[in-house]
Amino acid sequence: MTSTFLPDKRSGPDVEPAPPAVVAGRARARRRALHWLTAVGFQVPALVLFGTLVLLPMLFAVYAAFFRWGGFGMPENFVGGDNFTRLFKDPVFLGDLWRCLLLVGLSLLLQLPFALALAVALNQKIRGRAVYRMLFFAPYILSEAITGVLFSMIFAPDDGLADHVLGAVGLDGAGGQWFSDPSTVMATLFLVMTWKYFGFHMMLYLAGLQSIPAELTEAALIDGAGPWQRFRNVTLPLLAPTLRISVFLSVIGAVQLFDLVWVVTAGGPDHHSETMAVTMFQYGFKRYQVGYASAISVVMFGICLVFALAYQRFVLRRDLQGATTTMRGGGS
Amino acid sequence: MAVPLVYAVLSGFKSTDQLSRNPIGLPDPWVPSNYTDILGSGSFWQLVGSSTLIAVGTTVVVVAVSALAAFSFARFAFRGRELLFTLFTMGLMFPFAVAALPLFLLLRSIGLLDNPLGVILPQAAFGLPMTIVILRGFFREIPAELEEAATLDGCGPLGFFWRILLPMARPALGTVSVLAVVGSWNNFLLPLLVFNEPTWWTIPIGVQQFQGQYSAEYARVFAYLVLAMVPALAFYSVAERQLVGGLSAGATKG
Repeated sequence: MTSTFLPDKRSGPDVEPAPPAVVAGRARARRRALHWLTAVGFQVPALVLFGTLVLLPMLFAVYAAFFRWGGFGMPENFVGGDNFTRLFKDPVFLGDLWRCLLLVGLSLLLQLPFALALAVALNQKIRGRAVYRMLFFAPYILSEAITGVLFSMIFAPDDGLADHVLGAVGLDGAGGQWFSDPSTVMATLFLVMTWKYFGFHMMLYLAGLQSIPAELTEAALIDGAGPWQRFRNVTLPLLAPTLRISVFLSVIGAVQLFDLVWVVTAGGPDHHSETMAVTMFQYGFKRYQVGYASAISVVMFGICLVFALAYQRFVLRRDLQGATTTMRGGGS
Repeated sequence: MAVPLVYAVLSGFKSTDQLSRNPIGLPDPWVPSNYTDILGSGSFWQLVGSSTLIAVGTTVVVVAVSALAAFSFARFAFRGRELLFTLFTMGLMFPFAVAALPLFLLLRSIGLLDNPLGVILPQAAFGLPMTIVILRGFFREIPAELEEAATLDGCGPLGFFWRILLPMARPALGTVSVLAVVGSWNNFLLPLLVFNEPTWWTIPIGVQQFQGQYSAEYARVFAYLVLAMVPALAFYSVAERQLVGGLSAGATKG
């Protein structure tokens, strides 16, 4: 079986014909090359798109982070690691890191448990549960920009719904500046984030809960376990893979938070709600310090990468074992 | 949960004057003019049109390109497969904000600013990892016997992909399409960077600009917000199953 497309130079009339095994070997190699080209051919559009619009900009950000550069022409004024040392002395950026940790902490301690409690409640056979599910999930569908504008009006000082409600229950003056007071801005933002995102986590948990076989909880019930014991010893361990994914998404989301903050406060008052992405935007697009802004991008990427790798290595390993072994399967 | 939404709908039916006198109760009288004014103006429809075009464009590009790549990942054993797949899955954790700045410079240098392709192509590129991961999972589940039968009947890889795999994977394609539409519809940062001129503004940009322009007229802004929410919520009520299925598939398989 020889290919008609690729003439073999060595099998001319004056060359001794190769033994059949070698011919078959060559044909196999050719077939394998063809197979490889076909397989990779399907990848080409994705590689081109991903390479030029995702990988290339990422790599360029790393390069630009070593220059003091305004963003026009090619980067010049190589400054080595100066942008990074400046970054870690910049009180705004250090504040960004602290606020990022704060949001992660609040999400893990308040938002996710709240989502879990509601998911467990909605997993019971209660009246109108489909309506509740739809209602809780609806905010996730709205863009952060719309959510942001809506809540900036609800928390508007004096005129907003929040202050009126407080006034109506006799807590006049308990409200106040909300987004424009440094001491309340993060708490208010977190409230809005919870409104917007907990439904997403709740839906994940609901999907996870529905994959838990009912026999297990029934067996625990027969063994005399109370509701808390059933939750603690049956539901929670079986939901663990879902919880680990939800924690992962929550942390990565907090690191790159931009839209909501930009629309509501733009980082104010006086940087008290600024996030890394907002600081990056300010320097890169408002003050034309592209090199410095790139350094911020690189640190954000570094945080995400280190977190993702560590998480994958130490936390997700058990969940991914199944997935990686099936990847060795044959294909065609 | 629904209080902010109901409050916004009701407030849109008040006049701004009425809103400050009677912030919580029902409108008295009901003033539909905020809503009708916005619906009667061309600029709102322009936003809807632009958002729709960009969402459809993004979805077509990302689904087509991902389906080809996922097909190759799912049905071929080839050298470098694991490496390539790792490359794409790593894309799942690249925050868009990291690439925003150099991406902007790139789009500027190739003249794609103020051009819908300047939003469509990067959105599609950043959507690839998730879409490929989900589609690959679905494509793997199609039995190998079908492929053998197709090959015996004279189907090449492309024929199998086009005539058998894609029609069979229609539910999966629906799921990733819904995810792509929602992602594109809600994107804020990229259109903010790319569209300087209002010609191609999308709904999130329009909402922010409208608030800035009419900051004193609360009732008007509320009406605008409500109308801006309608397409997304309507789409959600139609595509709920596909969306939720896609999110949990993406999250657990990612």
